[in-house]
Amino acid sequence: MKFIKAFLSIALTLALIWVLQTKFGPVPPLGKFLSPADGFWQNAESKHILTTNKLNLPGLQDEVTIKYDENHIPHIFAKNEHDLYYAQGYVTATDRLWQMDIQTRSAAGRLAEVAGPQALEIDRYHRRMGMVYGAEKTLKAMMRDKPIADIITAYTEGVNAYIHQLGPRQYPLEFKLLDYAPEDFKPINCAFLLKLMSETLAGGSNEFAMSNILKHFGANVTNDLFPDYPMREDPIIPVGTKWSFKPLPIPKPSASFLASMNDSARRAVKEEGIGSNNWAVAGSKTASGYPILANDPHLNLTYPSIWFQVQLSAPGINVYGVSLPGAPCVILGFNNNISWGITNVDADVLDWYQVKFKDDKKNEYWYNNQWNKTSRRVEVISIRGQKPLYDTVIYTHHGPVVYEDKSKTTAHTPDFVPVGDALRWIAHDESDELMTMYILNKGKNYDDYRKALTYFNAPASNFVFASRDNDIAITPNGKFPLKFKDQGKFILDGSDPSNDWHGWIPFDQNPTVKNPPRGFVSSANQSSTDQTYPYYINWSFAPYQRGKRINDRLSAMQKATVDSMRILQTDVYSIRAQDIMPAMLKYVDASKLDQTQLAALNAVKTWDKNFSINSIGATIFSNWWLKVYDMVWSDDFAAKNLQANYPSMDRTEKLILQEPNSKWFDDIRTPAKETCTDIINNAFTSTIDDLTHKYGKPGKSWQWGSVKKMEISHLTNQEALSSGNFASGGTGSTVNALNNGHGPSWRMVVQMGPTVKGYGILPGGESGNPGSFYYDDMLKTWQNGQLKELLFMQSADEKSNRIKTTLTISNKK
Amino acid sequence: MLFLIILILSFASGFFLPWWVVAIAAFLAAFFAGKTPGQAFISGFSAVFIVWIVLALFKSIPNDHILAKRIAELFHLPSWGFILVISGLVGGLVAGFAALSGLLVKKAFEKPQNK
Repeated sequence: MKFIKAFLSIALTLALIWVLQTKFGPVPPLGKFLSPADGFWQNAESKHILTTNKLNLPGLQDEVTIKYDENHIPHIFAKNEHDLYYAQGYVTATDRLWQMDIQTRSAAGRLAEVAGPQALEIDRYHRRMGMVYGAEKTLKAMMRDKPIADIITAYTEGVNAYIHQLGPRQYPLEFKLLDYAPEDFKPINCAFLLKLMSETLAGGSNEFAMSNILKHFGANVTNDLFPDYPMREDPIIPVGTKWSFKPLPIPKPSASFLASMNDSARRAVKEEGIGSNNWAVAGSKTASGYPILANDPHLNLTYPSIWFQVQLSAPGINVYGVSLPGAPCVILGFNNNISWGITNVDADVLDWYQVKFKDDKKNEYWYNNQWNKTSRRVEVISIRGQKPLYDTVIYTHHGPVVYEDKSKTTAHTPDFVPVGDALRWIAHDESDELMTMYILNKGKNYDDYRKALTYFNAPASNFVFASRDNDIAITPNGKFPLKFKDQGKFILDGSDPSNDWHGWIPFDQNPTVKNPPRGFVSSANQSSTDQTYPYYINWSFAPYQRGKRINDRLSAMQKATVDSMRILQTDVYSIRAQDIMPAMLKYVDASKLDQTQLAALNAVKTWDKNFSINSIGATIFSNWWLKVYDMVWSDDFAAKNLQANYPSMDRTEKLILQEPNSKWFDDIRTPAKETCTDIINNAFTSTIDDLTHKYGKPGKSWQWGSVKKMEISHLTNQEALSSGNFASGGTGSTVNALNNGHGPSWRMVVQMGPTVKGYGILPGGESGNPGSFYYDDMLKTWQNGQLKELLFMQSADEKSNRIKTTLTISNKK
Repeated sequence: MLFLIILILSFASGFFLPWWVVAIAAFLAAFFAGKTPGQAFISGFSAVFIVWIVLALFKSIPNDHILAKRIAELFHLPSWGFILVISGLVGGLVAGFAALSGLLVKKAFEKPQNK
């Protein structure tokens, strides 16, 4: 009896320990996670920081000094480049290890390995679209270029030096939450990071929807509703800039083939606000007489911040800016001589080719009037708690056939991917973008800038530049395929060689401008050029409003200062309201409005067209315009396979301004024949009714800042680790493009001159640890639209009261 | 006495050994110094409950509880104090049952004395 009792008690104790050591669904192993010895308590960082700290790490050649300032930004001083990038890897890992792990896992299609079957479809898509295939090629190219191979190897050593120091109790919080261990960092992770950027910025497509639209409406209507150049534009390269080269012959269009598509589900409407701004103002227009450069890349805002601020200094290099955790070098920044920044071009570098297989074995496909062999690549996907999945992907010479038939798709398959088509994507090609960054980091002048850009393939970016020599320049740059006009606007026939990419636009013929007469250069993702540029880059770009506002303001500006740039970065004036609201107001019949509607009409009429936090007019206009847009197109584009891929807002404005009698205003679902007047009035009353229903009578609760939701989410989407909702001005089409969780992921202004001065702010902090004081210490300043002067030190000995900690790392013998 | 032994052992182990070592400590301590099942359980429970709370506070006070507040929210708890007490309860329960087991094993091997 006594033995049974003892045995039962031991069994119970062991069972309890087992339960507390095991992960159930999303719940972490509770014993492990809550214990002060191993659990989250260990990640609570103390506010008392050491002023000096010494460390020995294996593999260093010399001593490295790292100075941390009051925002925990590291300023690294090394005696050689190996140690510099080693230290960059080490310090980045100390603050961002989990982010580095999860981002490369996501790109590599290895999320299910730690998150279980729920992440399997994301992994399958990433594998099947060729992320690993592309990263492997890129790694090969990177490892062939001597300095890049060296810095990637050094960076990797540095990251691993940190990982090897860690015991389970020091693992970053998220490893404990998700219950897995960090693994060694590999050079290919740098390539994955670049592929991830390509996917974010140049990985979507609407060719499937466009092909269905072409089939549904015919060529005339499609060309009318989806024109190749917008009504209003203010291109990046100023209108009238002469092209000083003899272009290559433009390829002949193929006998076009409209892929016979089947049904599909709807697709999210393209989000406005994934884009960015940058500009540089010449010395002739600034107070100091030297150029000023500004950049704010808009991305999906997350905790930890996408960017990691760092200063890198060694003999021959001293640069400050932001880096991507997981890759060496500074990506956007400045040194004593030059500064640079980037925005997305949105080039058409992703095309779909309809594949005709010989039979169900799919071993051969028809191309150039003969049967050609396909190849196969087996993707092994590990899944937590299950057997691994072996997923075979068929490749043609174009690239992977992402889903060769319906049997390969599931309910979670991305809607924009056409089944049975091969993907040709720039990110599948070899490239060495880090070389661009390496040269820019050390760059001295305009020639270095031009040389650096020749290495940059994807994602194509508008590189803005300013130098101490008083040069400014901008170049929509990347490897652009040589195509016939509109090649890739629709799905292409993969059997016809004339549909293949026909080589490349020569680098020196990429659009570029240096020191234009207007005294500034700028970009905001709008069309790269006017219509005289001989080559096809894409048929549609981001709407022109942000670019137009920036150009209007910069044209008017004289004696510009850093603060004028900061004010422009946080500008919320709506060019869209300026362009279209007067016409909309003209159609409103006030005699038919009730009291509330009249009050709202008055609010919008007296609105100053700024999307300010406390603006009621902004709320009304924004909702009204979206309602008009939806009412014009939702009936005609109701068919599921059109994926709600409506004509652009620019085209809709043209319809209202120039074609008020157009048939598109008629709601084909009603017997009555609606006109432009009906649509605009109905949209207005129903918008006001909706708003009243949600927020009561027009008043404080209608203010833009409280109506618009804005939050910075942690990468796990856990509310507790996120910023929480906060009031913010701006919208997707204003310069300060804060919209739906997207916005300026880094704001930077650099004043060139004998002594360069940088200013910048992150929407968050340097640390990725939710238990750190530096997790979100910069958020307030960012929310207030303020910048911080960046501490750009000329040597490790420079005294500054902003330095809080000095870390010295020596070689461990 | 038993309470003190478990307190000291689990406090020391907390700095360098995995969390479940408290179970071994409580088991052994009760095996050698335990008297009754009730006393063993309560000693194990209260010692580790206290130790875990104290160790957690060591970390959390200099942190101004910013992490504890976020974790409390993660578990849908109203304030950080709850996550602290729950942590203590988890440790306490494990140690309590381990101590009870230690004592019962001791009793199983003990020679009957009163007969």
